[in-house]
Amino acid sequence: MAECTHSSCARNAHAQSPPPLPPQEVKSVWKGAEILYRELQDQGVDTIFGYTGAAILPLLDVLYKGQEKENYLSERINHMGKSQTKRPAAQPAAQDCNSPLTEPGKNWKGAEILHQSLLDENVKDMFGYTGGAVLPIFDALYKSPINFILTRHEQGGAHAADAYARATGKVGVVLATSGPGATNLVTGLATAHMDSIPMVAITGQVRSDLIGNDAFQEADMTGITRPITKHNVLVHDIRDLARTIREAFHIARTGRPGPVLVDIPVDISNQTTAGPLDKEMALPGYRPRFKGHLRQIQLAADAINKAQNPVLYVGGGVIISEASDLLRELALKAGIPVTTTLMGLGAFDENHPLALKMLGMHGTAYANYAVQECDLLIAIGARFDDRVTGKVETFAQNAKIIHIDIDPASISKNVRVDIPVVGDAKQILTDLIKMIEPNDRSVWLDKIKEWKQKFPLRYDQENCSNIKPQYVIESLGRLANGDAIVTTGVGQHQMWTAQFFNYNTPRQLITSGGLGTMGFGLPAAIGAQVGRPDKIVIDIDGDASFSMTLMELATIAQYKLPIKIALIRNTFQGMVRQWQEMFYGRRYSQTKMVLPDFCKIAEGFGIKALCIQDKTQVQDVIRESLKYPGPVLMDFEVEPEENVWPMVAPAKSLHEMELGRLA
Amino acid sequence: MNEHKNIHKSVLGILVQNQPGVLSHVAGMFAARGFNIDSLVVGRTEDPTISRMVIVTSGDQATLEQIRKQLGKIVTVVKVRNYSEEECVERDLLLIQIHCPSEKRTELSQLAGVFRGTVVDVGPRSVTVQLTGPEKKIEAFIDLARPYGILQMARTGVIAIPRAQQIKETSVSE
Repeated sequence: MAECTHSSCARNAHAQSPPPLPPQEVKSVWKGAEILYRELQDQGVDTIFGYTGAAILPLLDVLYKGQEKENYLSERINHMGKSQTKRPAAQPAAQDCNSPLTEPGKNWKGAEILHQSLLDENVKDMFGYTGGAVLPIFDALYKSPINFILTRHEQGGAHAADAYARATGKVGVVLATSGPGATNLVTGLATAHMDSIPMVAITGQVRSDLIGNDAFQEADMTGITRPITKHNVLVHDIRDLARTIREAFHIARTGRPGPVLVDIPVDISNQTTAGPLDKEMALPGYRPRFKGHLRQIQLAADAINKAQNPVLYVGGGVIISEASDLLRELALKAGIPVTTTLMGLGAFDENHPLALKMLGMHGTAYANYAVQECDLLIAIGARFDDRVTGKVETFAQNAKIIHIDIDPASISKNVRVDIPVVGDAKQILTDLIKMIEPNDRSVWLDKIKEWKQKFPLRYDQENCSNIKPQYVIESLGRLANGDAIVTTGVGQHQMWTAQFFNYNTPRQLITSGGLGTMGFGLPAAIGAQVGRPDKIVIDIDGDASFSMTLMELATIAQYKLPIKIALIRNTFQGMVRQWQEMFYGRRYSQTKMVLPDFCKIAEGFGIKALCIQDKTQVQDVIRESLKYPGPVLMDFEVEPEENVWPMVAPAKSLHEMELGRLA
Repeated sequence: MNEHKNIHKSVLGILVQNQPGVLSHVAGMFAARGFNIDSLVVGRTEDPTISRMVIVTSGDQATLEQIRKQLGKIVTVVKVRNYSEEECVERDLLLIQIHCPSEKRTELSQLAGVFRGTVVDVGPRSVTVQLTGPEKKIEAFIDLARPYGILQMARTGVIAIPRAQQIKETSVSE
């Protein structure tokens, strides 16, 4: 769930020469984490810096030494590894290449070719940071009509470009220098890649003749980003530059979208070449399939017409392909309830009686029950992630599965699919709806209605003196009239935001689904606000997530972006803490946060800040903030040990979900 | 997806754009997704912009299917064919240096002859044999050479191209 690097803990090795794994020790069964711990000890490791996360929970648990140990540590000066304080309508593809670049008679510098190529792609805004290897590019951008947003860290730039793409449907663009500038993009690229977000990252590279020499600020970016981009290219020749940029945008936005990185050595940016330049794309191996196979669509339609208890399981693909209206048409015509993944939230109006809200690990009970009991599961633009399926073997066990997806590799990857339809959701749904017979399915829908009444999402604010995080989020959703764009970090607040905000339009929730990137919320809000200045943008963030990228408050202040930040401050890395409570005997290894005064920090950046501890003030503060014309930080001190319910424990089946206690 | 745990071998013929970084795209995908590579050969084709990779891989049906699909997603990969599903010519090249006192030279050179191999180098106590053929033939020869003592050997890995249509038809009628 959380960004997992290393566990943070400081320890003291016993003696100067630690003993090897002793044979005399009776212990014969070792946990992997214990072996790692012993090895670290043997290597004389004294202090570990890092951060918690679900994937290292066992190691954190081995490192846990209880409260007294922490006190002991604070006596030592040994520094704890704190958290690193650190308009819809998709854009038309540039089909024709009527560009000044393809006309003869002009000399072009490499950086000018890049700039003109960006203009050819209709780029209006871009994000990033300067540096030595991109000086010529920034020079070409000096009087550009392109609006450049300087973030305070390249990671922020990447997340902003990503969220810009999510909010608008256009390709997000980020620019960074070679070496550290480029490596700082890595988390942002991986985030965009996992969630299939169209993005072009342009990085400077050291001079061509220095590549491979370990030059100053050199990093092998095409090597580093191979597994986290849809495609990447190192430009070797200035004559290829215009074509490469065009291809990058084409690849990023078509098929299953994704990030593309173009690495440009600084000498190529500086060189000059004579027009005309060739912009004809040369991608013989890139042929995304858009039209679904009619025979497969007919098979799917027959299965739907025959099904008694079907469920639509909808992912982010429906939002990417702008197929929400068709989805609604299909659901209403055939009387099929709709559940969405985290990425699919907003694809179907959650206030509609057919809406089951989110499914999976923290999905609604009624969505999970419906999936487990359906006889036909219609997956559209979703990829059967483990957070959705729970135990794969028992997922929708009695159901036939139809899978509509543009990526053939998604089909039958995790779950065996009966009727695959490869292609673009919008085009397939257009054909499919014509073959569907109207049906009201009242028996099935009555059963779902009953589940909805019996197992609603719930929390208890009345009997709790502290503010409940769910109450804050539900109030935000209600008072923003379901009209705001919401960004989030990762963890408990993200799940509550998914559960309680209530979405009714696509591109409304911007969240790191696949990678689960903490610190995504604030820079994402920047990208969303730049892309949609007409909308209210709310960053609903956790205290730990927010701490990771809060320097971007400076960007918000600089560009006067009227972003509303709702900080859900429970003084824990809440989701990891919840897992430690449930599976590690409440041993809160490294998950308690020591926090600064966020209001003072915001004020230091010139941003209005409101600290809220009283539950009766919540609604007034939200109303006031939504009306305020500039950026606001709402710092909500909430119930510290509130848990996210319902929950399907890892490797458990969806129907085995725990509904949770009302506390 | 664990129904089919039968491990199959598969020879994939992959046409790729002849560009820097392509090998890393392909090999990196195999590594990142935990797929096996038994052998991998890259070479030029009749078209200077296209190279042919032949990868021998193994896995259960579902894994092999995923490998094909994931290869198809790589932008620089132009075409993927599964040669194991069609008639094709497969060749592996072996260079093998075998321990060989002078009195055994004739014997070894005859043995190589049986396999249509040729002796390409002779030393005081060794001979080097070059042999081409399908993998099975190569492996049979290696087994026979083992008792003499293999000093060193190198193999190219399998390269393959599909048989011409008419040959395919005759071989089916056989």
